[in-house]
Amino acid sequence: MEGIADMGGTPGWGPVHPPRRDEPVFEEPWQSRAFALATLSGRVAYGGVNLDAFRHALERLDRAAYLNDGYYGRWLNGAELMLTDSAILAPGAIDARARNLRGEHVAEPPIPEPAVPDYAPTAEGSLRSVATAPAFAVGERVRAKAMPVPGHTRLPGYVRGHTGTVEIVQPAFVLPDTNAHFQGEHPQHVYSVRFASRELWGADAEPFALTAELFESYLEATS
Amino acid sequence: MTRTDGGAGESPPAALRTEALEQLLTERGLIDPKALDGVITTYETNVGPLNGAKVVARAWTDPEYRRRLLEDGTAAIKELGFSGAQGEHIVVVENTATTHNVVVCTLCSCYPWPVLGLPPSWYKDPAYRARVVKEPRTVLSEMGLELDHDVRITVHDSTSEVRWFVLPERPAGTGHLSEEQLVPLVTRDAMVGVAKVVAP
Repeated sequence: MEGIADMGGTPGWGPVHPPRRDEPVFEEPWQSRAFALATLSGRVAYGGVNLDAFRHALERLDRAAYLNDGYYGRWLNGAELMLTDSAILAPGAIDARARNLRGEHVAEPPIPEPAVPDYAPTAEGSLRSVATAPAFAVGERVRAKAMPVPGHTRLPGYVRGHTGTVEIVQPAFVLPDTNAHFQGEHPQHVYSVRFASRELWGADAEPFALTAELFESYLEATS
Repeated sequence: MTRTDGGAGESPPAALRTEALEQLLTERGLIDPKALDGVITTYETNVGPLNGAKVVARAWTDPEYRRRLLEDGTAAIKELGFSGAQGEHIVVVENTATTHNVVVCTLCSCYPWPVLGLPPSWYKDPAYRARVVKEPRTVLSEMGLELDHDVRITVHDSTSEVRWFVLPERPAGTGHLSEEQLVPLVTRDAMVGVAKVVAP
């Protein structure tokens, strides 16, 4: 999916922030509530834990909703989007309640008729076993497909079209591209693919290697 | 989305919107505030980088454990009692005098919660997510870690549910320390690969 969340290699973010010693887990109390609410809201919104759908909700936030209130603000906004997806909450319900909490007198939207997806994961978590043998082997050259993905994906933009080497054949995991949209788990093997920095970023790049874990359907063989 | 302005002034701040969401879900019986407290307690007190430090100290002092850890990280970490969400499949990579591994998630902020807890702010920061996959040596230098030019860097982008955990290099001069004495030396940042462990 294109958008703010796919940040690898994007310019304009300025210097990194050096680690601080003794940084608290949560800087402010609301962040811990937002974290826990988002964790539990997925189940309320979708009838079962679907991490891919949560990530897809985060990706659909606009730039301000993604960035302005930091990481936990993003989780709060993602939780709201999941809950409005499933019509557990009406759009604007949180905003209206928050205004009333600070003393404004605004009408709150009526509770809608819920439309929770018909969803049940086949097991906990994302690891699955598949009967099919891995399509690619350790040491094989593979190319990340240069494909546009309209919905959720875990194929980052910066590796698309680039060639690397399979370093580890990982187990099979639920395919995020379909699972996020409640279109089935379709588990696939995942491959840790090693890319050279100059393959990704050109001849002037710092010398280093990068691995990304890519689902089988993201990859194609190279001749 | 969600930052809609109804026309009556500024949109309420995140703290107030969080309180509103909790009220809306609680009053309809959709969540139990005690369950929220439970989640928060778990990540504020039970799960954190101390778990990972115990893994590292064990690997530094027990060569057989180190071998198992590098071969099957998930199982070896579970031996010490650490497993759970965001730790289904953990792969451990070792930093040495000549190879340096550093971990990121460019797509969100995936992180091995059972061994490190929730990620620190720098890990979630767009600047880190965007830049460490493009200029890791520069980024590490900005974070205070200068690597020799002959050190080979590998960046691991956590694009699937595989979680990466860095076994840092044991610092010189710690040969006399016990496993228990080594644990407090091991920092979260070293286990992500943006710092080294230093001798006391």
